[in-house]
Amino acid sequence: MSNLSHQLPAPFEHAPLALVPRAIPWGAAALLIVAFAGVPWLAGDYWLNAILIPFLVLSLAGLGLNLLTGYAGQTSVGSAGFMAVGAFATYAFLLRVPVLPLPVALLAGGAVAAAVGFVFGIPSNRIKGFYLMATTLAAQFFLEWVFTKFPWFYNHASSGTIAAPRLALFGHDISGPVGRYLLTLSVVTLLTWVARNLVGSRLGRNWMAIRDMDTAAAVIGIDVDHHKRLAFAVSSFYLGIAGALWAFAYLGTASASSFDINRSFQILFIIIIGGMGSVAGNFIGAAFISLLPIFLSQAGQALLGGNVDPGQIQNLQKIIFGALIITFLVKEPEGLVRLLAGLRERLAVWPLRF
Amino acid sequence: MSNILKRTLIAATLAASVLGVNAASAAANEQFIPLPTYRVGPYASSGIPWWAGVIDYLRYVNEVEGGVDGVKLVWKECETEWSTDRIVECYERYKKGDNGAPTAFFFTHSTPASYALMDKGVADRIPLVDPAGGRTESTDGSVFPYAFPLLLNYYSQASVGINYIAQKEGGFDKLKGKKIVTVFHDSAYGRETQAPMALLAKKYGFENIQIPVADPGNEQSAQWRQVRQIKPDWVFLRTWGVSTPVGIKTAARFGIPVDRLIGDVWAGSEADVLPAGPAAKGYQAIAPFPGGAGFEIHKRLKKFILDAGKSDLKDPKFFGSVYYNIGLINAAMAVEALRAGHKKFGNRPLNGEEGRWAFEHLDVTDAPEGDRFRRPAAETQAVVQRARGRWRRARPAMGRQEVGAGD
Repeated sequence: MSNLSHQLPAPFEHAPLALVPRAIPWGAAALLIVAFAGVPWLAGDYWLNAILIPFLVLSLAGLGLNLLTGYAGQTSVGSAGFMAVGAFATYAFLLRVPVLPLPVALLAGGAVAAAVGFVFGIPSNRIKGFYLMATTLAAQFFLEWVFTKFPWFYNHASSGTIAAPRLALFGHDISGPVGRYLLTLSVVTLLTWVARNLVGSRLGRNWMAIRDMDTAAAVIGIDVDHHKRLAFAVSSFYLGIAGALWAFAYLGTASASSFDINRSFQILFIIIIGGMGSVAGNFIGAAFISLLPIFLSQAGQALLGGNVDPGQIQNLQKIIFGALIITFLVKEPEGLVRLLAGLRERLAVWPLRF
Repeated sequence: MSNILKRTLIAATLAASVLGVNAASAAANEQFIPLPTYRVGPYASSGIPWWAGVIDYLRYVNEVEGGVDGVKLVWKECETEWSTDRIVECYERYKKGDNGAPTAFFFTHSTPASYALMDKGVADRIPLVDPAGGRTESTDGSVFPYAFPLLLNYYSQASVGINYIAQKEGGFDKLKGKKIVTVFHDSAYGRETQAPMALLAKKYGFENIQIPVADPGNEQSAQWRQVRQIKPDWVFLRTWGVSTPVGIKTAARFGIPVDRLIGDVWAGSEADVLPAGPAAKGYQAIAPFPGGAGFEIHKRLKKFILDAGKSDLKDPKFFGSVYYNIGLINAAMAVEALRAGHKKFGNRPLNGEEGRWAFEHLDVTDAPEGDRFRRPAAETQAVVQRARGRWRRARPAMGRQEVGAGD
């Protein structure tokens, strides 16, 4: 009997008869209620414009790259290039097809970015790792060049800069800080929810199988090439929407140089520090990367302002920032999200460790 | 009872001073000036002398003149590394002023940041000041009420260049049939003069040839070989950063006479020509802010700020350098604008809306303290020439005689 069980699938009566209902995520729900209802009333312009909006957009960009790198295992340093595609495509739709409402233009911009990502994902059929990284680097430089070289993309403006033509939703003007914050928050919430379901779905599990060992994945019948290209497309969709939000909801303007290689590295650091293969990690990583320098700068000025040369304070901040990154990664190579999870586990049994 | 009160007071004072919140000094009579500096990062070599010039001037006004009409200036720096999002963050942090002192204007000091803040400035009623840069169209104040691209915009830079060439050639009618090549940094900044050059070429009948140099411009042989084949009469050099010295050197290698090169505002500082070495002797550039430490203000700064050890400049070698001087002129413009505002609103700190009025009524030609700079506005059309290691004025601006640099 026991050796039979190796060969045959478990009999039906051994399978669980009732599925465990998914627990309602009370924590996330509370956070969302605070973010949607509380923050716009409590936070001032400075918090909305300079801290929360860029934090949310960078989290979304991190999420996009994490789907590609953390889940599907394909390295990329071309994230900012795909963000640029999203920004310039959304701009083109808003400008040239004025009947399109903003959400549709955003979606269409994301779709164009997805198509471009799909094309640049084709080399992943043949090459992996560092070699693939080199092709995404080429994508980064190519896309930057395209948006500098061809004036059609920026409506022949002499400076090569684009600005949001209008930010309106169902006739409401949303160009104020609260409007832009709520727009960003809604988009990020929706896409995060989609991503969470995506990585738990068959597609996400196939990606993880490819990430862990692509030969094994191919052996069990996963179309590896197709899934890799799909990962590039989905990731670029997210990045494209993040790029459009960066340009229109945060800065209100963009040019090719807003999406340079440094932005790509910034997003890569977000997922490395936050945690690869995790959705929450992007938010933690984005908070670390975008908020810590501002906090350090404020703290530096409050503590040392006036007594020490500001240039020195800035260098000191860089040292602290770098040291913190190294410390965190040495302590927990899987990122801050793992560190926090470990902390939670320990607190759950505190003070009795055993 | 009084003992307890006293102790509480002492404790509170201690706590306040420890926290750095000096509530007592948040006087009503202070004007706040946010400074988005860049002393670190790729543009630090221009940022360090530039902001030192601004701060030294503000310090001079505060300490020697007792503020602007008795209103003390206070300022805080945010280090931005010239990145647009950090400049936007700084703007948001300080747009409502600091510690009770209001903000009357914001130096954006970066063309991308000027674009990014354009709409925010209107919404928040904060004037954005970006001398010799910014968005060209924003010169039209009826459309862009809160943008002030002071001194020169990119159209006027092209125009000054062509006027100077015409003068050298002996009149605008002599420009007909001449070949004028523009070698430009292929970026928003470099492309801004394409439209005015096309207009001027049509007007005066010269041949307008535009040759782009891709960022960063470390290698320009192809471009200058092309220039050599064209055999131009004049070359307008609109490069930035490292592409300027490389351009000057490469031009010399291809046998293009250096006195036929005219740099624009951002291609005419010490940092641009010193690396080019002897090849740069005779190079000329447009400057709204001539170099040199021979102006009246430099004597006063030297006496009260530099020699008193209060200067922001770590390396005194840069005292009087082109970028230090534009810092001085920026600060002077702001101070004179505040003075103009005080005439209307009284001698008190101004808010952004009053600041806009002040900048609109900024008139430095007859300012009572105008002799400090000998009319900075008039300097805007000077073309300076580099010879014997120093910058000197190639043409007296608007009929005025004094020479800026030490030779």
